[in-house]
Amino acid sequence: MFKWNKNKCLRCGGCISVCPNDALELTEHGIVRDEKKCINCGICELFCPVGAIKVKKNENK
Amino acid sequence: MRDVIIVGAGPGGSATAKHLSEKGYSVALYEKRQEIGAPKRCGEGISLGRVERLGLNPPKNCIRQKIDGAKIYAPSGKAVEIDYGKDSGYILERKMFDKWLAEEAARKGAFVQAKTYIKDVVRERGRVSGVKGESCSEKFEEKSKILVAADGVESKISRVAGLNTTCNPLLIDSGVQFEMAGIEIEDPKKIHLYFGNKIAPRGYLWIFPKGKDVANVGIGIIGNCTIPAIDYLKKFVENKEELKKGSILEVNAGSIPVGGFLKKMTLDNFLIVGDAAYQVNPIHGGGIYEAQFAGRIAAEVIDEALQKKNTSDKQLNKYNIEWWKQRGNSLRKIEKLREVVENLSDEDFNYLADKLTGEDLVNFTRGNSLVTLAKLLLKRPHLIKLAKALF
Ligand SMILES: Cc1cc2nc3c(=O)[nH]c(=O)nc-3n(C[C@H](O)[C@H](O)[C@H](O)COP(=O)(O)OP(=O)(O)OC[C@H]3O[C@@H](n4cnc5c(N)ncnc54)[C@H](O)[C@@H]3O)c2cc1C
Repeated sequence: MFKWNKNKCLRCGGCISVCPNDALELTEHGIVRDEKKCINCGICELFCPVGAIKVKKNENK
Repeated sequence: MRDVIIVGAGPGGSATAKHLSEKGYSVALYEKRQEIGAPKRCGEGISLGRVERLGLNPPKNCIRQKIDGAKIYAPSGKAVEIDYGKDSGYILERKMFDKWLAEEAARKGAFVQAKTYIKDVVRERGRVSGVKGESCSEKFEEKSKILVAADGVESKISRVAGLNTTCNPLLIDSGVQFEMAGIEIEDPKKIHLYFGNKIAPRGYLWIFPKGKDVANVGIGIIGNCTIPAIDYLKKFVENKEELKKGSILEVNAGSIPVGGFLKKMTLDNFLIVGDAAYQVNPIHGGGIYEAQFAGRIAAEVIDEALQKKNTSDKQLNKYNIEWWKQRGNSLRKIEKLREVVENLSDEDFNYLADKLTGEDLVNFTRGNSLVTLAKLLLKRPHLIKLAKALF
């Protein structure tokens, strides 16, 4: 699960800069995640300076 | 067909564009934002020496405040004062400054276009040979002999082009800032930096005055903190009498690389400049200078390559060599210093604040006199291992 809070987000691109698998993109519609690339690692959630991302880690990992 | 296409009109992209246009090349500079320079992602501090070294003479409206020195606060509250000399630092207005840099590029003949998002690269026989993008929602494709990625920390272009620039996420700090007004600043001719693991884990918190009652109040912290940077910043503001009643004119955020320099920043027909290659001073996070300096090196290397009609990776490798020689090696030393600083406890900070002078600190941030610091660390048994890293 990947939840992006568009009202909190400042569109700074921080999450993109730390994503280890290049799964995020900042478009006109906001942060878009490529589900196939995302590995649910949660690094973007921790990194986000304003707490605008919530990731539920893979339970079986 | 352009000689050079540059992606991203931050300081790095605009500097590269200006230098190349000056030499007579046909250059296009594309920026995804609708307004170059806004919103800013920056504390806006740069030293006069750096501005001069870049050969810049920015118009008055780009400079908000002239700075004489710094005050660095240990967790105990004890401050070490640094005297830089009268008016030897600037707090810029990046919106004006970045736009002026792009203007300068345009003046020299570069074609600059805002609201133009570069999505992908074009390839010819496997080599990068141009870009695919969308300008004011119209799709386009354009070819170039060389492509420069100056697209900042969120750089996609390098990865699309085939250079894996992904770095350890812990080498990027998470930053957020309020531009505040109606506040009291104890000494508006100084920048104020606050250290401590409770204030700003791994990083620091800054007050960069833009006038006597206006300032950028910001913070950069390690990227794996479970508490978001903005919460640390809010707490600091709320607990500080002088700031508490202030207004917030802007909320800015962004990533601040603190190391992870790339050995290889080139491919055939392609190179990277600025934040996109993590070219930032790892101790204070300053990259306005670094991006433009790298842009100048890039322009020289590209000039030679185009003259020789050889834009291969091998030819462009000169950029890697020159950047490491002129900047990388000394920034790498500063990175070692940061590695030490991030391991200091609040007690260690307090200890150092008692022992060090402002002059020492200035030297350290330039990568000099690190032996002085190492010697002090050696006196604290638990820091001996760290000290060794500095020799
Ligand atoms: C909170 C914070 C405070 C800072 N404080 C300071 C400071 O006080 N002093 C200092 O020297 N440095 C500071 N920095 C660092 C400084 O802002 C950067 O190092 C500097 O802006 C780097 O310049 P650049 O040209 O490499 O990248 P940027 O300025 O980031 O420019 C990159 C540009 O590329 C554009 N772009 C990205 N992708 C695309 C695409 N696909 N197509 C088209 N355009 C694209 C972006 O919109 C952006 O405008 C700070 C950074 C942060 C986050």
